[in-house]
Amino acid sequence: MTETYIARSTAIAARMLGGEMMVMSAVDSTFFTLNEVATAIWQAADGRTPLSEIVVRDICNKFDVALEVAQRDAEQFVHELAQHGILLLSDHPFESAPVEAA
Amino acid sequence: MSLLQEMNQRALELGVPLGVHLDVTYRCNERCIHCYLEHDDHGEMSTAEIKDVLDQLAAAGTFFLTLSGGEVLMRRDFFEILEHARRLLFNVKIKTNGVMIRRQEALRMRELGVEQVQISIYSCRPEIHDAITKLPGSLKRSVEAIRFLKSQGLKVTIANVLMTANLGEHAGVQALAAELGVSYSLDPTITPKIDGDTSILGLRISATELSEVFHNKNLVGNVEEFCAPPPPAGEDILGGLPCSAGHTAAYITPYGDVFPCVQFPLPSGNLRRQKFIDIWRDSPALHDVRSIRAKDLPVCSTCSHVGSCTRCPGLAYMEGSMRGPSTADCEKSFHRTGIPSANMLQKTRPTGPLIQIQPLAV
Repeated sequence: MTETYIARSTAIAARMLGGEMMVMSAVDSTFFTLNEVATAIWQAADGRTPLSEIVVRDICNKFDVALEVAQRDAEQFVHELAQHGILLLSDHPFESAPVEAA
Repeated sequence: MSLLQEMNQRALELGVPLGVHLDVTYRCNERCIHCYLEHDDHGEMSTAEIKDVLDQLAAAGTFFLTLSGGEVLMRRDFFEILEHARRLLFNVKIKTNGVMIRRQEALRMRELGVEQVQISIYSCRPEIHDAITKLPGSLKRSVEAIRFLKSQGLKVTIANVLMTANLGEHAGVQALAAELGVSYSLDPTITPKIDGDTSILGLRISATELSEVFHNKNLVGNVEEFCAPPPPAGEDILGGLPCSAGHTAAYITPYGDVFPCVQFPLPSGNLRRQKFIDIWRDSPALHDVRSIRAKDLPVCSTCSHVGSCTRCPGLAYMEGSMRGPSTADCEKSFHRTGIPSANMLQKTRPTGPLIQIQPLAV
């Protein structure tokens, strides 16, 4: 199975507000708010940890959700953010240091 | 309610300074005839001080950061400041005259993920624009800057201040914006100078001209809707807040002074003496600003325009009382709708001394 690695784009603005992460793309000004689970994935997007490991470590161990559901939702979430240039996806670990999570 | 409005509402409820306007310098390479600033350097914050302020703003929850001046690029460390701001993941908007922006600067702004750049253009004719900026060749340089920024894919807005010196020029500037593929905004607001000099208020366009602007469909869109009589004010309006100044927005000068807004020179604290969060949470001045509700305004609460007026508490403050009238906004409401404001009917005139930005007492 091919692993997915996720890294935060440099072309975004982000800030925590009341427990949710606000994220705006500088490319197309798309504005997102991430819920607690999505924020956990965002904060773990260091470019080096496989998404499958993030799901187990930061989602299943902390939230009441089945692995299969969490994995499917996480895949959908990262691909949606990638379409807006907010997350970068790769099947290899990223080499450069990650952008701060805010 | 849009997602952004929801975030604004949440920031209001949580007391978060979501948007901050930071003037990094008052120095400028132009000498615009309508400018309210005094351009000498009286001890700007150092690079380290500004970086520390940015760290504090990020910790306080600020998301939208406007970097302005003066001319931001008069600071040799501007890109170092910008880089730090972007490392902290602010959504950054830059206000500039663009004169010092060439290909390299535009490239750097794009690389750093700047959200938007606003450039002031007063006319598409150099003899008018350059006469306002008092810098020969400035129109050419500013337009070139817009092209450089656009070529990098950056979002650009042309800000067109309207005054007697460029009356009738807005159509040309609007067409220039369309040709360049950038946004356009028009502002007929001229404020007193920072040193209390009100002579530049003579540059404000006349009532007739203001009325023409408000009834120009190319500027306001749907004239009928824009100029409609104000709706009756309900409890929600009377209990509402005047604007975001001091609630979710703040202004910081190059000297570290904190105010509710760039147009609201109420001294609220200084970052060389206090942490931003302490000023934001504890400043009596900001608490005073936050206590204002439309229903508490002695005259404006009885005005038919109360629900749709652009009343600026900062301009009201400069006229003598933050709870008093903002004559310029009374006139805007009148010339937009043809209905006199309550203040106009009472023939209210400012009585207090003009209050301007003053150093805080040590």
